[in-house]
Amino acid sequence: MNIQDYKGVFVFAQQVDNVISGIALELIGKGKDLAKDLGTEVTAVLVGSDVKGLADELAEYGADKVIVVDDPELKEYRTEPYAHALSSVINEFKPEIFLVGATAIGRDLGPRVSARIHTGLTADCTQLEIGDFPINPIPGKEQLHNQLLMTRPAFGGNTIATIACPDFRPQMATVRPGVMQKAPKEAGRKAEVIDYNPGFTPDNKYVEILKVVKAVSDVADIMDAKILVSGGRGVGSPENFKLLEDLAEVLGGTVSCSRAVVDAGWKPKDLQVGQTGKTVRPNVYFAIGISGAIQHVAGMEESDIIIAINKDETAPIFEVADYGIVGDLNKILPALTEKLKAEIAAK
Amino acid sequence: MKIVVCVKQVPDTKGGVKFNPDGTLDRGAMLTIMNPDDKAGLEAALRLKDQYGAEVTVVTMGLPKAEEVLREAMAMGADKGILVTDRVLGGADTWATSQTLAGAIRNLEYDLIITGRQAIDGDTAQVGPQISEHLGIPVISYAQKIEIEGDSVIVERQYDDRYHVLKAKMPCLITALAELNEPRYMTPGGIFDAYKADITVWGRADLKDVEDSNLGLKGSPTQIAKASDKVRKGAGEKVTLDAAESVDYIIDKLKVKHVI
Repeated sequence: MNIQDYKGVFVFAQQVDNVISGIALELIGKGKDLAKDLGTEVTAVLVGSDVKGLADELAEYGADKVIVVDDPELKEYRTEPYAHALSSVINEFKPEIFLVGATAIGRDLGPRVSARIHTGLTADCTQLEIGDFPINPIPGKEQLHNQLLMTRPAFGGNTIATIACPDFRPQMATVRPGVMQKAPKEAGRKAEVIDYNPGFTPDNKYVEILKVVKAVSDVADIMDAKILVSGGRGVGSPENFKLLEDLAEVLGGTVSCSRAVVDAGWKPKDLQVGQTGKTVRPNVYFAIGISGAIQHVAGMEESDIIIAINKDETAPIFEVADYGIVGDLNKILPALTEKLKAEIAAK
Repeated sequence: MKIVVCVKQVPDTKGGVKFNPDGTLDRGAMLTIMNPDDKAGLEAALRLKDQYGAEVTVVTMGLPKAEEVLREAMAMGADKGILVTDRVLGGADTWATSQTLAGAIRNLEYDLIITGRQAIDGDTAQVGPQISEHLGIPVISYAQKIEIEGDSVIVERQYDDRYHVLKAKMPCLITALAELNEPRYMTPGGIFDAYKADITVWGRADLKDVEDSNLGLKGSPTQIAKASDKVRKGAGEKVTLDAAESVDYIIDKLKVKHVI
């Protein structure tokens, strides 16, 4: 591998049902910063069936080039044809950086691709920058410049590690959704669109999709909510979430939950906040009956204001809460909702 | 049917985290458990064994102490335990780890390989899919339900807003979610037998079709530039008030912060 042959920042432009995922635009936004530092361009890799029309949207959010891999085999996400598409693009176009969203798709696709092309992959990054490796000079070891330094939480959020991939290309990372900022939209901005199809021949690694079952969910995406009223096991029952829904309604917020609530079957997975759920950073996060396991905290600690209500005064959630109330949510929530209604009506 | 389950002994992150001077984790210094997603994967394998009849072999890579999770797995009902341990395998990233496990699994017969989705220490979710790539078999990640139909496996694969029902020809690798099931307890008889059972121990020389350049710290494409404890913002206020006072307290804070 001649590392000098690898140029440019590439991002996987995830789409589902021919709608660009938010993470794709976030990766383009971050990719632009990295490309600027490297003096290069951002290329979005758009993979799917009948997806070429989405290229303009990627351009408007900052992609300089869009490589479109369009094939009927790519209609729904499946590991093998998507892995074949990305590894073929990498082998053909030789990017120095390749970013993938740390979504339920990207966390399957990224490792498969990195294993196929033999490079490193850093999972679930929350910060990316261009810098030197080693960060500080070490006698007898060459300090390399223009390396991708990938920072991620590990060990249940207890630690932060910064990882480099000095000897292999591309430097690959999956990036946690909701952390990077998308660039402002520039209406009418165009990108160079390149069609590329490596050919798809089903083999033993192609799985068959028997059924696609979409969760019936009319709720807003919790990652977009300004106010989240989040419940944990301490809420007591699925019925009791009514108290949280009432409060959310008064404040124009959305209900979310902890993993325990999803595991118990009280709420669907798409409302889960935390390491194995979604990362959220609302203006206000109410943690109601949530003990505050480190995996949960990892998904909400960047919220502007955290208000916790828990009857256990030793609950770890109080260590991250700006305002912690030791008390009974069954008494506090209904009264809070009523009084807020009155306050807001009086305005 | 033959099922291989990969499990990892992980530090119980509740007990705090300790490092070696080179920034890698000092696993010897921490309390350990069987990784929860892996335990769900093992339980899934044991249920398939109960339902269809299967031989379940559990493989782990780690320090000699990782033998403990193999004995735990055997006490739950696994048939065999294989410990892959060797100094030259230490400091591996997910590439080198998956190469090691693939090298071990190449010595075994298997219809199904089950791994946990991710381990609670690294949280990468990479090793399962990477093993499948090295072995040239299909992968189904994030399994929330597993059934066998003839020579195929039918799996519900979870996504954020949907699930797919997928059918793959075996051999196939599946990564299991902890919510797949509630793992069984070890039985007293199982514990007794497991502590007498022979554990197979493999080193570098026992790995099949793997080059040295793909193993251990030296074979790891990713390198740690820096590792540190997370700096958290400190705790804010904590108050104990009656319900009416609590309401006033919260509303006051929401006003001060211009939320309402």
